[in-house]
Amino acid sequence: MEAEPVLEITAAELRFAGEFALDAVNFRLFAGEVHSLMGENGAGKSTLIRAFTGALRLESGKIQLQGHAVEFPNPAAAQLAGISTVYQEIDVLPNLTVAENIMLGREPRRFGFIDWKRMRTSAAEALSVLGVDIDPASRLSSHRLATQQMVAIARAISADVKVLVLDEPTSSLDQDEVAELFRVIRELKARGVAILFVSHFLEQVYEICDRITVLRNGRLVGEYLTPQLLRIDLIQKMLGSNSDRIDILNAKQSPPMDRDGKRVILRARGIAKRARLPITDLEVFEGELLGLAGLLGSGRTELARLLVGVDVIEVGELTIDGVRRRFRKPRQALNIGLAYSSENRRSEGIITELTLRENINLALQAERGWFRRIPQLRQEELTASWIEALDIRPTNPEGLAGHLSGGNQQKLILARLLALAPRLIALDEPTRGIDIGAKIEIQHLITDLADAGLAVIFISAELEEVLRVAHRILVLRDRQIVATVNPNVATIEMLLSLVAKVEDDE
Amino acid sequence: MSNTSTVNTTPSGVLKNGLRRKMKIRLSWIPVLAALAILILMLIGGQVHFGSFITPAMLSSLLVDNAYLVVLAAGMTFVILSGGIDLSVGAVMAFTGMLAAKLLSVGVPVAVVIPLMLLAGALFGTLIGVLVHFFDVQPFIASLTGMFLARGLCFVISLEAIQVQNPFVLRLQSAQLNVGSWYITPTGIIALVVIVVAAWVLSYTRFGRTVYAIGGSEQSARLMGLSVARSKILVYVVSGVCAGIAGLILTSYTAAGYGGNGVGTELDTIAAVVIGGTLLTGGSGYLVGSLVGVFVYGVIKVLIIYMGADASWERITIGILLLVFVVVQRFIVARANRN
Repeated sequence: MEAEPVLEITAAELRFAGEFALDAVNFRLFAGEVHSLMGENGAGKSTLIRAFTGALRLESGKIQLQGHAVEFPNPAAAQLAGISTVYQEIDVLPNLTVAENIMLGREPRRFGFIDWKRMRTSAAEALSVLGVDIDPASRLSSHRLATQQMVAIARAISADVKVLVLDEPTSSLDQDEVAELFRVIRELKARGVAILFVSHFLEQVYEICDRITVLRNGRLVGEYLTPQLLRIDLIQKMLGSNSDRIDILNAKQSPPMDRDGKRVILRARGIAKRARLPITDLEVFEGELLGLAGLLGSGRTELARLLVGVDVIEVGELTIDGVRRRFRKPRQALNIGLAYSSENRRSEGIITELTLRENINLALQAERGWFRRIPQLRQEELTASWIEALDIRPTNPEGLAGHLSGGNQQKLILARLLALAPRLIALDEPTRGIDIGAKIEIQHLITDLADAGLAVIFISAELEEVLRVAHRILVLRDRQIVATVNPNVATIEMLLSLVAKVEDDE
Repeated sequence: MSNTSTVNTTPSGVLKNGLRRKMKIRLSWIPVLAALAILILMLIGGQVHFGSFITPAMLSSLLVDNAYLVVLAAGMTFVILSGGIDLSVGAVMAFTGMLAAKLLSVGVPVAVVIPLMLLAGALFGTLIGVLVHFFDVQPFIASLTGMFLARGLCFVISLEAIQVQNPFVLRLQSAQLNVGSWYITPTGIIALVVIVVAAWVLSYTRFGRTVYAIGGSEQSARLMGLSVARSKILVYVVSGVCAGIAGLILTSYTAAGYGGNGVGTELDTIAAVVIGGTLLTGGSGYLVGSLVGVFVYGVIKVLIIYMGADASWERITIGILLLVFVVVQRFIVARANRN
């Protein structure tokens, strides 16, 4: 298999707003092989893919297809060269027929006009290669999502494809559909197609991929043959080992929590949401800092959103302070003191065009409604006190929130939520993308809040952060809680192995 | 609805697929069939109420008197299918008519004037298309700009109507081809030709399918390598050219060019297209539906005249019908999504 790579990228570099999205990255794809690109959010996976599929231009670096240097000014050029991508639910046209989805752009013509009969036949051929038997004249929207994906793949391979990129192809598929997809992938592999399989489901990567490339923070960590890479090593490479980080020697380790006499704020029994989260039970105590640890896709965000009323629970019951609750809108949860801070700070958190003052008073004002406006003086008081308490910089209350750094934006969101005096707050990745100093600040803040009696659900991909901050840790894997861990006796290695299901490495 | 399975089926399964295919096609035809049903109901209702309502003369007049709207609706269908809207068609129609009347009155030959009308329509369309695609202006605003521009230019040419005496142009409307009591004029034939050509383009050319694709999902269409930019601009050019043709028809019909023509016609056009089953959100609809929509509009006008009611009842009825159709469309879309 160590022949010439079909696709080779050397020293790729690309910057977004002055920061490296790709920093001297090398990457190779071989024919007849399934390759996986691994890395957490922001590692540079999608940037790299967009670079060789023509959606982005590299600032420097070389792309070679079958030994020849190439440059793709747009996706059409990459497709013509034989690089096809199947995105997650994006590049299909549900309002057109299956045949059109496969053939449009390359449709057979007769006297200059579309030959529908031949189009349907060609489409049927492409589908039969994949072993999919559906009517080419049917509307795409009449089929299940899994089938639509097969159609997208049929499109990708109906041209002369050399490289097939599958971007998170299994996120919406059930077990059987995944097995079907893998059969198709193996078929294509046997035909000599180079396949790039991007997924955060470790199990699947280990099942189908021959080779793994790991990226972290825009840099290449390494390229490995799958059988030679232990799961636990893979995760360590994705998340970064301890020695890479600045060791925070005086980091405050949360003292063990004394649960005697503490009330249960939230109790969940048998809650579930179809395709998002299977049956789950848990409890959160007053003043407890509950950490949710797990990899991307393990269901942490889904669980948190269900607990604080952002998503609707389909099965099971939620009890807050002993009272059964059913939330249909986040507003209802907020009214009884459950707050949520999303991991998408910019799109689901701050309002970039509003000032600090407006952002901080937003939730409070929303609580009061349209007509009972918070008096200007009161707003300014509130804003000033929170800016001071959380040390938000720059301190100008009339400054725009969009100009703040990530860390300060997170503090802004915290201020807004805390102004409501909540009883439980769920923080989804509050320290992601924040510099180390701000990280520590926020971690201290959260522990102080818990000490004062606020129940906190804390989600982070950084295991040692969760270990340091939480009173109790729930480990999630494949959308299920697999373990409860006491951070005072656990080690990073223990957490890593729980998160990764290490038995399979042997 | 989604049991067309993924794995190999038996021959009988393939047969079942064929039958299911016919059923599925019918699902997307429902809006058009509904419009047709309403049309037939109104005709029957008129016949029952007034006696001799459905006559060859009346049916012929449906096409001939509304030929300009048929052409406009054809062009508008392209735009709406792509997810846009064109508010300029009434004004562009008036402008091209005014332009023609002026040029003819100073002796420019017809063979030059007619192509110029179409070119003028195409230019307005290009302007709107460029604004929509390259400057990212909302189609509503971009076409509104075109509308004001065209309307203003009308009155720049002349504040008053300009008579048209050119025999060729007049004969387009006056020359009648009789078959028994049925009749048709060259303008009616032009309208039918436009419908046939437009329907063909939408079903049998890559451009036509790209129009549907853009209406379905512009991002997907782009990622699939379809020429989205060109098509997005071209739909407005098509609409503009249709406005030019409609201008010719209207000028022939009224024997004059007048800056006040076609005020509000763009709204009648949009109503006809929507009643004909094309979703305003784009990506779904059939051209023949727009023809049915125009006929519905035409029958309503005739019914109002027969009833001796005030002409403003036209608009009220169209409004109610439009509301009903939009609501029905929502139900159909919601049902399809749930599947």
